[in-house]
Amino acid sequence: MLRDITLGQYYQTESVIHRLDPRVKLVATIAYILSLFLVQSVWGYVAAGVFLAVMIWLSHVPFKFMIKGMKAILILLLLTVVFNLFLTPGEILITIWKLKITKEGVKVAVMMAIRLTFLIVGSSIMTLTTTPNNLTDGMEKLMKPLSRIRVPVHEIAMMMSIALRFIPILLEETDKIMKAQIARGADFESGNIIKKAKALIPLLVPLFISAFRRANDLAMAMEARCYQGGDNRTKMKPLVYKRADWLAYGVMIVYLAGCVFLG
Amino acid sequence: MSLILDHVNHIYGEGSGQAVAALKDINLVIGDGQFIGLIGHTGSGKSTLVQHLNGLLMPTSGAIYFDGQDIADKDYNRKDLRSKVGLVFQYPEHQLFEVTVFEDVCYGPRNLNLSPKEAELRAYKALRQVGISDEQFYQSPFELSGGQKRRVAIAGVLAMEPKILILDEPTAGLDPKGRDEILGQIRKLKEESGMTILLVSHSMEDVAEYVERIVVMNQGSIIYDGIPREVFKHSEELEKIGLAAPQMTYMMTRLKKEGFGVNSDVITVEEAKAEILRVFAENKRAGAMDLC
Amino acid sequence: MNIIKAIDLAFEYIRRDEEGNVEGILRAVDGVNLDIEAGDFVAILGHNGSGKSTLAKHLNALLHPTEGTVWVDGKDTGEASNVWNIRQTAGMVFQNPDNQIIGQVVEEDVGFGPENLGVPTKEIWARVEESLKAVGMYKYRKRSPNKLSGGQKQRVSIAGVIAMHPRCIILDEPTAMLDPDGRKEVIRAVRALNQVEGITVILITHYMEEVIHADKVYVMDNGKVVMQGNPRTIFSQVEELRRLRLDVPQVTELAYELQKSGLPLPSGILTMDELVEELKRIKKAER
Repeated sequence: MLRDITLGQYYQTESVIHRLDPRVKLVATIAYILSLFLVQSVWGYVAAGVFLAVMIWLSHVPFKFMIKGMKAILILLLLTVVFNLFLTPGEILITIWKLKITKEGVKVAVMMAIRLTFLIVGSSIMTLTTTPNNLTDGMEKLMKPLSRIRVPVHEIAMMMSIALRFIPILLEETDKIMKAQIARGADFESGNIIKKAKALIPLLVPLFISAFRRANDLAMAMEARCYQGGDNRTKMKPLVYKRADWLAYGVMIVYLAGCVFLG
Repeated sequence: MSLILDHVNHIYGEGSGQAVAALKDINLVIGDGQFIGLIGHTGSGKSTLVQHLNGLLMPTSGAIYFDGQDIADKDYNRKDLRSKVGLVFQYPEHQLFEVTVFEDVCYGPRNLNLSPKEAELRAYKALRQVGISDEQFYQSPFELSGGQKRRVAIAGVLAMEPKILILDEPTAGLDPKGRDEILGQIRKLKEESGMTILLVSHSMEDVAEYVERIVVMNQGSIIYDGIPREVFKHSEELEKIGLAAPQMTYMMTRLKKEGFGVNSDVITVEEAKAEILRVFAENKRAGAMDLC
Repeated sequence: MNIIKAIDLAFEYIRRDEEGNVEGILRAVDGVNLDIEAGDFVAILGHNGSGKSTLAKHLNALLHPTEGTVWVDGKDTGEASNVWNIRQTAGMVFQNPDNQIIGQVVEEDVGFGPENLGVPTKEIWARVEESLKAVGMYKYRKRSPNKLSGGQKQRVSIAGVIAMHPRCIILDEPTAMLDPDGRKEVIRAVRALNQVEGITVILITHYMEEVIHADKVYVMDNGKVVMQGNPRTIFSQVEELRRLRLDVPQVTELAYELQKSGLPLPSGILTMDELVEELKRIKKAER
């Protein structure tokens, strides 16, 4: 079940976007999201749409694969549209029972739907083309200045990458524990909320015990391999800007300027 | 209370483009009161197969009958099936959760809607059956040794009074003595209760001397099914798929090739010893006759 | 001085009840003396709970002795300033492969140790390549560890340690969670490291077949070393091993039983070849 969510899962292939420095992709994604809130005119949206289409094309990620991931957030999208459609005051177009659809409502709903879709697809391009490890590396390096004000940047990044490594293992373990308890007559599905919550105890206790044990083991293994925090550490894959990366920054600046111009 | 598998197939991720056939046309009859060893290495499909036996997984095609009823029927009570076909998974850590050993073993029978007294009675009986002493009843299951944990996990399923007991790798991670103790306990359990027992393992040696029938799986199919001696006659084929026959069978095959007149269908050290001594005694006799 | 030396090593756990009162003191390691020569393949045997894992953790300063001293490459593990040096000299592989792989890609995991040591980037790549090749996992370097078999994961863990260029590698029951195929893979890789690279190996296990090639075997029980010697001397003491909850390889057991029944076999036969040869010899002599 949980494995079906493809939204933002890394998609392995060769492309210009895949090769970009993760920092560029992070900054560009933030810039793109910003641009979506900047533009108001139809032309602005067209520009944002064209930009996104070009990026999808450049990423070599099949459009179908991206859309598959969108299903998970379809409900959120529909909800936003419906609320905006009915709750925006203005010139009334149609009245259904007590609900009124206004001209402004339609406009806002359409805008919101486009904006949300662009936002989600835009940020999923980043995660689709960047390995989680690369992404945490990028974040660590971008946030490096924060470590001067004692933000534990390296530790946060390390925690994230360990979490990413252990999520699949713990999911698999959850599945195994569930099966072991179902074999003992456990019932995780029927009953009211209280009963369901109670039924989870035989699942959660072994899971927590195992997770703590793993954490303990891992800490020891890291120590045995001379891990002493982020100081004096070298990198196997250091992040270095290449020409393409600077070019990408340039493209982003031009795009942002264009958005401001189109309004 | 026999369990019949009729042309069972199981395909993971069917229709997703990356489908994997985990079980291919499995036909198997598990008769009443048998002691069976299910052998195969990791990825041979044996875990998938056992999960079909108590309805945790359903076949993508084919049918499974328990006691004459198709377990895929809409009105079939699968919860009931799970109490009759008890499955103990490999790691006891995946099921132990209660504060005391006794409470943990009560969990299974309590799920069967028995009276509290009946559930406790069954737990008591099950713990006795696996050789846990009274003093350990109120200990935390997490403080037990590996072998003891495994016993408590088995008791947790036994307390549901299943007709068929399936044990997945019950000896994994135990030291040699612990392994012998658990297997001995299972044998005793078998003798006392007459229950049908299916022992899942990747080691021929471990189960060879205990079971009366061996089912060998490879790449999702059953390739051999018979009494141990018959199965081990295929030692060369077994080795090809990475499942060695017991060392003693090899040893005797080697000796036979070297011209010793031994019988090679031997499984245990004891049998091998008797066989070698017999041959040497005969040699001596023949030697003495030559001298005359 | 030898690569690892321990004199009167003892380690105590203090057990506390729920209120934090001392319930009892457990002496997990009790007066152990070790002397391990560089380049040796040493096995430490013992049943579960015999203290062998606790002992292992002293050999790279993950635990510090309550009494006695351990020297790794001449450095006292009790001195705080030696800790990182010792951990680099004596690398450690643990039981559960899932709980010691940190990277999400095989090659990144192997690079983790050298990164911690501050090795320059270019050299990290060279070390990762050579280490993965040494355990036969080079072609899996771009894979996710989650997609590997147990034996392969454990070989990655070993590569992760040798990338730190240790002189000695301690393996704490590396095969306990593996199937027979995985076990063979790992032992083969470890033996190759010992023979080809000359790395000192300390293998902790309760699988008897894994120690027949060792140069020296220590047997532990109740925190103490109760037997030591080469595999042949150890395995000739079948009854004693059984008393220690251990086993002997089936071939050794058979030879022992035959010897007891009067066949003139030498003690401590370890392999099938040896036994076949000996039986042939007896047969000839009898003729």
